Amino acid sequence: MLTKRIISCLDVRNGKLAKSVKFVNTQDIGDPVETARRYYTDGLDELVFYDITASSDNRGIMLDVVSAVAAQVFIPFSVGGGLRSVDDARAVLLAGAEKINVNSAAVKNPSLINETSHAFGAQCVVLSMDVLKVPTSASIPSGYEIVINGGRTPMGIDAIAWAKEGHDRGAGELVVNSIDADGTRDGYELNLTCQIAESVGIPVIASGGGGTPEHLYDVLTKGKADAALVASMLHYGTHTVAGIKQYLSDRGVPIRMHF
Amino acid sequence: MIVIVDYKAGNLTSVKRALDYLGVQAIISSDPDSVRGADRVIFPGVGHAASAMHNLTSTGLGKALLDVFKRGTPLLGICLGTQIILSRSEEGPTECLGLLPGECKKFVAPSSEFKIPHMGWNCVKRVKNHPLLEDVSDGAEFYFVHSYFPCVADDSSVYLTCTYTIPFTAALGCKNLFATQFHLEKSGELGLSILRRFTLWDGSAC
Repeated sequence: MLTKRIISCLDVRNGKLAKSVKFVNTQDIGDPVETARRYYTDGLDELVFYDITASSDNRGIMLDVVSAVAAQVFIPFSVGGGLRSVDDARAVLLAGAEKINVNSAAVKNPSLINETSHAFGAQCVVLSMDVLKVPTSASIPSGYEIVINGGRTPMGIDAIAWAKEGHDRGAGELVVNSIDADGTRDGYELNLTCQIAESVGIPVIASGGGGTPEHLYDVLTKGKADAALVASMLHYGTHTVAGIKQYLSDRGVPIRMHF
Repeated sequence: MIVIVDYKAGNLTSVKRALDYLGVQAIISSDPDSVRGADRVIFPGVGHAASAMHNLTSTGLGKALLDVFKRGTPLLGICLGTQIILSRSEEGPTECLGLLPGECKKFVAPSSEFKIPHMGWNCVKRVKNHPLLEDVSDGAEFYFVHSYFPCVADDSSVYLTCTYTIPFTAALGCKNLFATQFHLEKSGELGLSILRRFTLWDGSAC
């Protein structure tokens, strides 16, 4: 049986692991390569690295991080943040990433999804979307709006429509990140995740709000997610990969337990 | 020396990185003569079967693979490499190398619950023992990304099966050839253990 994946998200700024709450108050909390290796050894299924480096002068540092991770971590991982072209994507794939992750750049230039999917295959392209809950309206019938620039800029695009468009344009997976839930550790946005999972024929990775193993259980069952992204609950040591997996496996969720 | 066959089919460097990590020397080569001269050959790949076959035929690498297989050189196929060693593939469709009788078929999703490609960690069932699988227990999970699956003509070539919409062959072998549909270079320590055992394997099936 295909297992539900536990994926950890590592935000990297100038080569250091960072963590934000609701996309602000970013702190440096460690070394991304060491952290990735530790989670790998502990049984994590997949990793996502977001480059949140402010200055484009320091982009090369991220490629060094990607190469160092690829040399000692043998599970799939994707890299996102600041990828604006097929050439940007190729650079991270050559450095050792399995997949690329596009977000704001794809909202501004949706053909980026088509171009990267055509160049590297749909399985290589993850579309990440930052979503804010808003009052329903004619342009946002679901009440979930796409935002960019770390949650600061509303785009007037309905999240469900964008998810479908992303799939149609060739994305192989979606990361659905709730800005409302991000960093709160109060649980994933189940309604949003479920609505998107039921709207597209590609895997959906729930992101934002994971604080306890029970939150993961809820989003992988009621939320219909194929995978759950965890950050704070691992980075601050309140939970371990093995502990989360055991909890889910004991409750009947198909989980990779041989590692 | 281990030679990783470069036939313009996707990211070959991930296998090289895994071998580097294991401390085993390997080169990536598109030269048929260096493939023929190798102690061991790894045949990975992602991409489209028909374009892969076109490259293998036009470069002479396909013939070199047939030669090393006949000569008894240990040969490891991964993902697309595993599909290409069969007789033919529905992807194209195309005739393939035919090292092992069989064909590659496309997954058909019986309901929207099943997403194609089959992507993620799935568990395997052991069918019989093989020297490369000594660390792999029944139910162990490996990382798959594929829309087509291998279907061998002779059941005695099947070592591991997996189920996604239907049961399919996850690892197959014959004489000095062993091949996995999953990405053993992305399948954690268990995947690395198969690779490590391949670097020591004499090419006999038991």
